[in-house]
Amino acid sequence: MDPTWVFIGVFFILAPLLAAAPILIGHYLGPHKPNPIKNDVYECGLKTVGDAWVRFKVQYYLFALVFLIFDVELVFLYPWAVAYDMLPTFAVLEGLLFIIMLLAALIYAWKREALDWYD
Amino acid sequence: MVTTFVFVLTAAVMLVAALVAVLKNNLVHAAMGLVVTLFGTAVLFVLLEAYFLAVAQVVIYVGAIAILIVFSIMLTRRVGADWGQQTNATWPFALLVAGLLTVLLGLMVRGWAAVTAQPASQAVPADMTARLGAALVDPNGYVVPFEVASVLLLAALIGAVYVAWGGRKAEKDAQG
Amino acid sequence: MAFLQDPTVIVEWLRQLFLGWGLSPSLASLLLYVLGALALATGPLLWVIFLIWFERKAVARIQDRLGPNRVGPYGLLQPFADVLKLLTKEDIIPAKADKFLYWLAPILSLAGVLLLWPAVPLGKGIGGNVNVAVLYLVAVGTLSTFAILLAGWSANNKYALLGAFRTVAQMISYEVPIVLALLVPVLLARSMNLQDIVAAQDVWFVVAAPLAALIFFVASIAEVGRTPFDLLEAESEIIAGFHIEYSGMKFAMFFAGEFLHAFTTGVLGAVLFFGGWRGPGAESYPILGLLYLWIKAFLLYFVIVWIRGTFPRIRIDHLLNFSWKFLTPLALVALMVTAVLDKMLAPLGAWPRALALLVANGVIWLATQRWLRGVEKRLQPPMVAQPGEYPVAHYTPPEPQAAEGD
Repeated sequence: MDPTWVFIGVFFILAPLLAAAPILIGHYLGPHKPNPIKNDVYECGLKTVGDAWVRFKVQYYLFALVFLIFDVELVFLYPWAVAYDMLPTFAVLEGLLFIIMLLAALIYAWKREALDWYD
Repeated sequence: MVTTFVFVLTAAVMLVAALVAVLKNNLVHAAMGLVVTLFGTAVLFVLLEAYFLAVAQVVIYVGAIAILIVFSIMLTRRVGADWGQQTNATWPFALLVAGLLTVLLGLMVRGWAAVTAQPASQAVPADMTARLGAALVDPNGYVVPFEVASVLLLAALIGAVYVAWGGRKAEKDAQG
Repeated sequence: MAFLQDPTVIVEWLRQLFLGWGLSPSLASLLLYVLGALALATGPLLWVIFLIWFERKAVARIQDRLGPNRVGPYGLLQPFADVLKLLTKEDIIPAKADKFLYWLAPILSLAGVLLLWPAVPLGKGIGGNVNVAVLYLVAVGTLSTFAILLAGWSANNKYALLGAFRTVAQMISYEVPIVLALLVPVLLARSMNLQDIVAAQDVWFVVAAPLAALIFFVASIAEVGRTPFDLLEAESEIIAGFHIEYSGMKFAMFFAGEFLHAFTTGVLGAVLFFGGWRGPGAESYPILGLLYLWIKAFLLYFVIVWIRGTFPRIRIDHLLNFSWKFLTPLALVALMVTAVLDKMLAPLGAWPRALALLVANGVIWLATQRWLRGVEKRLQPPMVAQPGEYPVAHYTPPEPQAAEGD
């Protein structure tokens, strides 16, 4: 094992503990006098209507979708960039073709108004 | 030794998380179970010293796909909670088939030399990612799958946008 | 003073100490890792206390106020008083909240920022030496996204959920230009290891890739959720966004996470584009390198605070447009030009190559400006009155209404 990754593994266990410690201390140090009104939801001072877990509009989904496509393509490009010294010219051009495909995806989504936010 | 311990621990956590993902009625909890499972896969990649795959796993699956899933859960009508029964009358048969399949696969894997034999301890080369990158655009390597992947993703985007989104005007009309 | 030239002697000394106690070598190593992780995590956490004071003071000065000035000299002890106050606040958990996720969110929020630190090279041979560091940063960044999503969801508050969804839409939108901009230093250094990226900067990458640096910086501010991209906590619209229902120390963790994230952005910017720990004498005295890194990071952090004190908030549609229709195409073009030029100019030395790339970046920027001016002309109705037109944009005169009835 690479020692750096062992260190990161240790860090992955320690960091949440360090973040949780003050919360726990605060939880037990502070007063604890709950009552129904205090524990109710605060929404602009008006009485709460229904559950918060309501239906959302399709736009969020669309943005996540476009983001997913971009993410997958970009992850492919990282090894290409790292290997840059080993690449002949046409390999660089292949990478460029890949990026142009990405650009085409962006332009399509743009022209279809999938990137427009509306209310 | 330590590696084995971490592996067993990760595998156990992944199994529990996978069960949460399958069994929970609350869809957001189920999605979180899925996230933990995907994250566990990344840990397994790290144990195999496939660091690039590990981070790619987190970036793509946890960072993008899981968020997409949460967003799509929010689009369902009865958000995040389906309190109906999750199984139907034939579940014992399904269990039987799944159990048999597991036993069968287990027997097959036991007889397979590649699993039981100790692998020759081979150090992973330090420039693994660079080699991967060079192979991806090498004409004798994987350049065709590489470029096809980009076309595939472009097609996926066009398809998804076409299905999910009729444009601003159509959306306004649909709302009345 | 061997320690100044090679800080790893401390590690060796501690290792010998542990071995002297009769610990096995692997257990001693593990103990060292734990100690190192504790040091690396508590350092930034304590630093946050100072950052909070600094930011309050700086923003106050920008806005012509005094800022904290009561507790201690220059109000320096104010954050400690705040921490004490927050510790004794009641920890209110909304009755309808999703308890487990409600507890998990603030922890993830801070831990997600802390986890960026193991990848950061703090000096020659000290600090992060992760082989896939750049993608590791992106991967860990997803934890913060999840923290916000969970916080918004678990509180069962409409405004919290709305804030969380807006924020997540914003964060994933701005992650695309960030990942694209990060590709440029990776390409120039031929490595994802931040230590290698620092070592490759004989000429700071900000010279060869000013556009990538700018895109990274702006998009990172959005990723942190700072003004002018702070829709997630737009008090006037959605009260406070995803953390409305959080109180006491849980709220403090979100708060500390945001401040530390802003500073960490400065650190990453310094490492990726401003030569990291490099500077005169840093090669032989790594401690000096840490100081240089800190100064550079602090200057970048100050710019973030400055922007916060100066700019108004952006509307959500403008925000998303800015990422998808401006930063992303610009980053794509910058990446392509850098890739081609870097391959063509490979035989040249570091400086000529960097200058050629600088010129290319300048050309891209000028072209972008021309394009933007064209867009502006198309979007804006003429402000000067044409014959027969009202001189006010968007104003259409009311139709003369025919009298009804009789």
